[in-house]
Amino acid sequence: MEQKLLMKHYENDEYASYKGYVKHDGYAALKKAFTMKPDDIIAEVKNSGLRGRGGAGFSTGMKWSFLPKNNEPRFLLCNADEGEPGTFKDRMMMERAPHQLIEGMIISAFAIQSKKSYIYIRGEYNESYKIVEKALKEAYDAGMLGKNIMNSGFDHDMDVYRGAGAYIVGEETALISSLEGLKGQPKLKPPFPAVQGYLRKPTIVNNVETLAAVTWIITNGAGAYKKYGTEKSAGTKLFSVSGNINKPGVYEVPLGYPFKDLLENECGGMKQGFNFKALIPGGSSCPVLNKEEALKSTMDYECMSQLGSMLGSGGVIVIDDKQCMVDLLKVLMHFYHHESCGQCTPCREGTGWLEKLTNGIGAGTAKLEDVGLLDKVARHMMGTTICALSDAAALPVISFVSKFRDEFECHVREHRCKVKGKCHAQDHH
Amino acid sequence: MSSGNKTSNIHLSRASLGDDKPVKLPAESKAFIQKELKRYERRESALIPALFEAQKVFGWISEEVIDVLAMEMDIPHSRVAEVADFYTMFNKKPVGKYHIQVCTNISCAMVGARETADYFCSKLGMKLEEVSRDGKFTVSQVECLGSCGTAPMAQINDDYHENLTHEKIDKLIEKLK
Repeated sequence: MEQKLLMKHYENDEYASYKGYVKHDGYAALKKAFTMKPDDIIAEVKNSGLRGRGGAGFSTGMKWSFLPKNNEPRFLLCNADEGEPGTFKDRMMMERAPHQLIEGMIISAFAIQSKKSYIYIRGEYNESYKIVEKALKEAYDAGMLGKNIMNSGFDHDMDVYRGAGAYIVGEETALISSLEGLKGQPKLKPPFPAVQGYLRKPTIVNNVETLAAVTWIITNGAGAYKKYGTEKSAGTKLFSVSGNINKPGVYEVPLGYPFKDLLENECGGMKQGFNFKALIPGGSSCPVLNKEEALKSTMDYECMSQLGSMLGSGGVIVIDDKQCMVDLLKVLMHFYHHESCGQCTPCREGTGWLEKLTNGIGAGTAKLEDVGLLDKVARHMMGTTICALSDAAALPVISFVSKFRDEFECHVREHRCKVKGKCHAQDHH
Repeated sequence: MSSGNKTSNIHLSRASLGDDKPVKLPAESKAFIQKELKRYERRESALIPALFEAQKVFGWISEEVIDVLAMEMDIPHSRVAEVADFYTMFNKKPVGKYHIQVCTNISCAMVGARETADYFCSKLGMKLEEVSRDGKFTVSQVECLGSCGTAPMAQINDDYHENLTHEKIDKLIEKLK
């Protein structure tokens, strides 16, 4: 069943405004936070088991605790550069509840004693940008931002920044480069942003959903949050579900929720005429699960890792039996090749080769051994680059080829698609 | 910083020879850019907002636009150019007044977005990436726009149009024509 901790009031249009938000106990968490010591807030978030909701799933409280213990100025950045194909939850959160995010950010900023934060929103989300911009103005007017917030003695300024179209900027060091007015290219870690980030100052970068969850955790306590989810995947998570299903959309369920239930109950099952075939559980970079694996899976970090995939950003891509896996891989490889920032040779060249090989296989112009070569190129790209984009391109390849090899071989051997659907893989380039 | 001025001076002399129409930023754009230069901790952070502003005025980012921004912002031409080049939202060639960008990434492709893009093209009698003769339209296929649950979709300039059907597209084009 859905468990709307964060999404409780999302259907209410007035929740997007300051007035409507306050009516539903908005900014009460911040008031409570100011009665706590910053270190106690960090401890509370750590105890809640909250893990980063952007994709990596790293403990939020732990990330915060990596900041140096000194008085150096530090920054908080909200990563709203949602770009992982299949993911659209942050957009909804910003549009339905911008103040929930802003409140979570002020609390987080207070916890890490940061006086300045930015919300970095992907350029295409113009609507989200306008809504967040308006909400920030309201928050300033209400004294929730600026000097001496709620007479706490704490000062904080928050601004919003609009990106301009680059998937890679969702990687935190690339996001920092972009905010600094540079090309959005990732940087080698260490130093991690918590030590040296924006303007070479200690910086925490957290996802929209992560920061919004902080608001709930401070209001209700770490113990209440941990009541939801599993031992290693605490709380609820927002899943963006897409594909030929009856009710695509964003659903908040406790972590550990069976995928089968999410598909059948929340999403109303497959559309008529479509049968379930495979699942990409957490956005396009996560290895695909076949039908059998998917139907026994639960939506949490440990189950997905046991199945050799990832929970990622929670972009649940439901693949039906009308889809050709070669065709879908072709779409993905075009994407990763297009989005490689070009710094590291294995990724810059590798993504190009993955695309070429996939296109050749789809068109039937490749040799049978190219199917093996495709897999081999992908494996050589793993772990050889500054950031994870190279791996993100390689993982779908390896899983698609190993689980649906017959479809790839059929394209090469018989110059036809096994699947009865609209396959574009045979199109010319 | 000096290189920004230098490049721009070369451009000005080229423009004054009458090679091409000189590109001039309107006063309100200049004011906006000057404000953005002071808004962030680093002046360079104003580059993306300034490029958006210039694109709003000129429709796309030409070499001349980069020159003018470099001079206006006192940031080297090469820095302006590399930022303009890196981000996909900055048009490196002219596009129609209405830039129809159809997402064809995985979730959209599964529900027929590539056919949606084709439908836009056939309806307007043009190919992908072309500018229509009246200068009004360009159709592009783009990467994930975060609208996977409401696919097929298209972003037309700043606005999202979701759950597209042939009927909706017909109406949309009628309105824009």
